[in-house]
Amino acid sequence: MILSLEWLTEFTDTAEINVKEFCNRMTDTGSKVEGYEILGEDIENVKVGRITSIRKHENSDHLQICMLDVGTDSPLQIVTGAQNVFEGAIVPVAVAVAHLPGDVTIKPGKLRGVASEGMLCSIGELNLTEHDMPGADNNGILILGEEFADDIGHDIRDVLKLSDTAVEFEITPNRPDCLSVIGLAREASVSFDKKLNLHTPEVKGTSDGDNIKNYLSVTNQSPALCPRYTARVVKNVHIAPSPLWLRARLRASGVRPINNIVDITNYVMLEYGQPMHAFDYKCLDGSAITVRTAAEGEHFISLDSKEHTLDSAALVIADAKKPVALAGVMGGENSEIVDSTTTVVFESANFMGASVRVTAKKQGMRTESSARFEKGLDPENTLPAIQRACELVELLGAGEVVDGIIDIYPGKTDARRVAFEPERINTFLGTDIDVDFMKDALMRLGFVFDGSCVIVPSWRSDVEDMADLAEEVIRIRGYNTIQSTAIYASTTEGCRTPKQKFELLLERTLIGMGLSEIQTFSFISPKFYDKFGMSSDDSRRRSVVISNPLGEDTSIMRTTALPSMLEVLSRNNNFNNENTRLFEMATVYLPSEDPDALPEEPTSLTIGFYGKGDFYTMKGMLETLCRVSRVKVSCTAKSDDPSFHPGRCAELIAEDGAVIGVFGQIHPNVASNYGFSAPVYCAEIRVPVLFAHAHEMEEYHPLPKYPAVTRDFSFTCDEQLEVGVIENVMSRAGGKLVEDVRLFDIYRGAQLGEGKKSVSMRVVLRAADRTLTQEDSDKISAKIIDALARDLGITLRS
Amino acid sequence: MNDMKELLQGILADALDQLKADDAQPDQIRVRFLGKKGDLTAVLRGMGSLSPEERPAIGQLANEVRTQIENAIEKRQTELNDKKLKSKLLAERVDVTVPGEEFAVGHQHPLTLVRRELEDIFLGLGFSIAEGPEVEYDYYNFQALNIPENHPARDTQDTFYITDKILLRSQTSPVQARVMEKQKPPIRIISPGRVYRSDDVDATHSPLFHQFEGLVVDKGITMGDLKGVLELFAKTMFGEETRIRFRPHHFPFTEPSAEVDVSCFACGGKGCRFCKGEGWIEILGAGMVHPKVLSGCGIDPREYSGFAFGLGIERIALLKYHIDDMRLLYENDMRFLGQF
Repeated sequence: MILSLEWLTEFTDTAEINVKEFCNRMTDTGSKVEGYEILGEDIENVKVGRITSIRKHENSDHLQICMLDVGTDSPLQIVTGAQNVFEGAIVPVAVAVAHLPGDVTIKPGKLRGVASEGMLCSIGELNLTEHDMPGADNNGILILGEEFADDIGHDIRDVLKLSDTAVEFEITPNRPDCLSVIGLAREASVSFDKKLNLHTPEVKGTSDGDNIKNYLSVTNQSPALCPRYTARVVKNVHIAPSPLWLRARLRASGVRPINNIVDITNYVMLEYGQPMHAFDYKCLDGSAITVRTAAEGEHFISLDSKEHTLDSAALVIADAKKPVALAGVMGGENSEIVDSTTTVVFESANFMGASVRVTAKKQGMRTESSARFEKGLDPENTLPAIQRACELVELLGAGEVVDGIIDIYPGKTDARRVAFEPERINTFLGTDIDVDFMKDALMRLGFVFDGSCVIVPSWRSDVEDMADLAEEVIRIRGYNTIQSTAIYASTTEGCRTPKQKFELLLERTLIGMGLSEIQTFSFISPKFYDKFGMSSDDSRRRSVVISNPLGEDTSIMRTTALPSMLEVLSRNNNFNNENTRLFEMATVYLPSEDPDALPEEPTSLTIGFYGKGDFYTMKGMLETLCRVSRVKVSCTAKSDDPSFHPGRCAELIAEDGAVIGVFGQIHPNVASNYGFSAPVYCAEIRVPVLFAHAHEMEEYHPLPKYPAVTRDFSFTCDEQLEVGVIENVMSRAGGKLVEDVRLFDIYRGAQLGEGKKSVSMRVVLRAADRTLTQEDSDKISAKIIDALARDLGITLRS
Repeated sequence: MNDMKELLQGILADALDQLKADDAQPDQIRVRFLGKKGDLTAVLRGMGSLSPEERPAIGQLANEVRTQIENAIEKRQTELNDKKLKSKLLAERVDVTVPGEEFAVGHQHPLTLVRRELEDIFLGLGFSIAEGPEVEYDYYNFQALNIPENHPARDTQDTFYITDKILLRSQTSPVQARVMEKQKPPIRIISPGRVYRSDDVDATHSPLFHQFEGLVVDKGITMGDLKGVLELFAKTMFGEETRIRFRPHHFPFTEPSAEVDVSCFACGGKGCRFCKGEGWIEILGAGMVHPKVLSGCGIDPREYSGFAFGLGIERIALLKYHIDDMRLLYENDMRFLGQF
C-alpha cells in the first residue's frame, strides 16, 4: 500500500511530522513502512511561463527563439527545437540553473550562437505521462491550458501538484483495513495522538422523480459468497479526464489515471479500502444484475482482454445473459466504461475472501481488488464507499446520481464483543499498563466500551479475544516498553535425546578422521537414479513425488543420499580439489504403501571420497564408526549392486544379521557418469540400524595383570581364500586364550606362483590369571597350525 | 715432610692444569693421577718414610688433594659431556621453516556450526530438541497453526505439495503443534530443521532452508519472558553489547506477534554498510502463542500461556560469516567448507 502523505492530511494533521519520524513511529505501532519516496524532489527551478514572442533562429532550420514571461521583471530567452510552441502558450520552463528527473541539470548556454537561459519541458522531462496530463503531446513541449494563466512564475511542482511524499507500507494480511488512506489515517491519528477527521459523504441526487428501480434490479443467488451487494446508478455521464488534484493523488499512490468514472472507483478504493466497479449500463442485458456462481466451463473476457474459462466455484456478476465481472477480481471487457458511456452502474460489494482468493489464483489474475477482498473486508464499508463515489461524481460534474440505492445485505452480523480484562492483559504481557491508557488506545482505534466488554469495530474482524486486545494495547504503548524478564516457571531439563547424541558422536568421529560435512538438497531429479546406475526395477526408485515442483531437478524426495554425494564429489573434482573426503548426515524419504500416510524419514549417513585411499580406507572409516558405537560388524562381499564395482563392494552386517550399510568403489561406468576416471569410494549407512545396535560404554575392563605372548604365522594360500575365513579358523582353533588375531602382511609375487598370496597373521595370547608358559603357547600354536592344515589346507612357510 | 706437601700440591696443580686443556681426557687424567700407578698413589706409597707424627697431616692433605682432583675431574667431565651433547644437538638442527606434517582435519558445515551454537544456547536454558517430519500433513503445517485453507497467509509461503493433504513443511512450527498435542506443559523445546518453499535459487533464496524455532508453554509465561529469553540469546550469540528491538508484526499462530531486530554486530548500531545504515538487523519472528493454537492442541489458554520464536539458520550463517551468496552453502565446494 502506497500512501500519499498529502492525502493523509485530509483526515489527520500529520503535515508537521518529519517523514522519518512518521515512518519509524508507524512501524513501531504496527504499520510497517518499507520505504518512502519524496516526489518532485528531483525537479528544481522549473516554473510556469508564457511565451510572449517567437522568432526564427538565423542559423538553424528547426530552432526557434522564444521570449518568456516567467514572472520576473525581464523576459527570459530560450532556444527550443520543439515545433508545437506558439506565442501566448503557457509552458513549463526550466530556468537555468534547473534540475530535472534523471539527474539532468539545465545550465545557461548558447545554441548556434544564440544565448538560451533554460529549457521548455515536455511531460517526459517532468517524469509525467499522457495519463497524468491528458491531451499532452508526447513529442512536444507540454502546453498548459489558460486555466494556468494565474500561475505564471509559480513553481511547477506546486502548480501540477508534483510535490508529495509516497510512503510504502507492508500491510500484514490481518489488517486489510489498513489498505486504505482512512485506515492508515486512523493508525496515524492514534500513533501521533492527533484527531481523526472522518467525513460523511453527502450525495445531492437529482430529485427529478427518477429512481434506480427504473434502471436496475439485483438478485443475489450466492449470499454465502456475497454477504452484501450495494449499487447506485449515475446518468448523463460525461466521460472526461479527472481534475488535476485527483490525478495527482492517484499518481502519488501509484495508480494510473484513466478517466473520471474509473478514477473515482480507484480513488474510493484507495481512500476507503473498498474495491468498486463501474459497469456501462447500456451493456447490461435485461437491466438486471445477478450475483451467482459460474456455470462449469462458462467463458469470460476480462478488462485486460484475457479469456477465462470458469468453473462452478467462481462467483460472477452477471446480467440476464452473460457474466459481466469476475466478482471481486476484475470487470468484463463487455461492460467496460468507454468514452461513449452515458449511464453507469456503480458496484460496491462485499465478497468472501476465500472464494475471491481461489478464483483469482485459478485465473492467474491477482488485482488490487482481489488482494483486498481475499483478506476479508468489512461489509459495513460498502455503503459509505458508494456514497463517496457518488459524491465525487457530483463534485467532478461527471454525471447525475439517480436517487435510490440498491443494498442487498444478507450477511449482516452482530458486532463482536470481547471481554475487556485489563489485569489479564498485563499478566499476559508482563506489563503494568494503566487501565485508562488501555481504554483510551482502544477507543481511539474504534473499539466501543460496553460494560466489561468492548465492541469490536466492524473493520477489525481479526480481533477475537484477550490476546488480540493485548496486542492493540501494547503496539500503541510500544513493544519496546516491555521489560525483559526471566522465565519464572517449572524447571525443565535441556538435553539431547540418545539418538541426537549418537548422531553427534558419529559426526565428531567423522570430522576427527578428516572428513568434511556437506549439506545437499533433499529433493532430486528422478534422473539421478539413472545416473547413479540404479536398476530399473530397484524399489528405491519409488519416491515421494512433489506435485508442484520448481522443476524436474527438484521434483522427488530422495530415497538414497548417495547420488547427492556423488554430485558434490564430482563438483569438487571439477574444481580440482584434491583428496576430497566428505560425509552427509542426510535424511531420506521412504514412501509408505498408504498414500495418506507420511513417509518414513530415516537418517542416512553417506561417506564419499576420491584421491588418496582405497577400499580399505573406506572400510577402516566404517570400522572406526562401528568401534566408537560399540557395534560388532562383519563384511560380506556384494557383487550385485549395479552402482558399485562388483569386486569391491561389501555390506556391513551386524552380529544379528542386520544390514547396517553398503560401501565400496563406485562402478567405473557410474563414476564416469560423474566425470571420474579414477576410483571413487562411497558408503551409505543406515543410522537408525547402527543406533539400534549401539551400546554406551558400561564399565571399564580391568587392565591385564599378566603379559601377552605373540606368535606370528606366515603361509601361502590361494588368492581366493578370504582373510576373514583364515581369521575365524585361527581364532576358533586357538580357543579362549586368543586375545586377538590380526593380519599384518599380504604379499603377492611371481615366486609364489599365479593365484597365490602370502599371508602373515599375528596371534596375541593371554591368560587372565597367570603368565603363559612356553609350553602353553606352543600347544595353542600347534592347534592353530593343525586347524589351518585341516580346514584350509594351508601349510606354514618354514 | 715439606717436600711431600709440595709434591702433593704439585700433583694437584698439575692435574687441574691438565684438566683445563681443550682436549682434556678426564678418564686418562684420572688414571694418571688417581689410578693404581698414578702420581698420587705413588706419593701415598712413599708415606712409609714419614714419621708417625707427620703421617696424619700428610694423609689428610693427600685425601684432600684426591677429593679435589676427583671433583675437578667430575666437573670437567660434565662440562665436556655438555659440550659434546650441545654440538651434537646443534648438528641435529632442523629447518623450522619447512612446513609441518599435514593432518587431515574434517570441517563441519557452517549451517551445522550455527545450528549447534544455537542448540547449545537453548539447551543451557532448559530447552530440549524436538524433531518432526519434513513431509508433513497440511493439518500440522497450517490448520493447527490457525492458518485455515485459503487463508492469505498461505500465499507468503508458497508450498510444495505431495497430495492435497500432505506437503513439504514450509516452517518448523508444525513440530510445535505436534509437541503440544502430545505433551502437557511445562513445554520448553527448540525444533531446528529443514523447511521448503517454492522459491527459485538465487543469492538470497533457496527452495530448501533451515529454520530454528523455540516454544515455551507454562503457567504465567509473559511477553516479558519472551523478550528476556531472546535478549539472552542475542547477547550469547552476537556479544554482550547486543540489544534487541521488537516491531509489531502478524503471524497467524502468535498474538501479539513481533519481528525482532538485533543491534548491528558490525557497527554496534551506529549504522553501516552491513546493516544498510539501519543500525539494526532483522533476524527473528516471535510472539505469544495464539490462544486458538493452544486450545486446538488441547491446552487451556486460560490456564496456560506461551511464547514461540523462529529464525532462519541460513540467515544467521550468512550474517555471521559475511557470506554474500546463499548458494555457496549448498554447493559444498571444499575450498569453501575448508574455511570453517
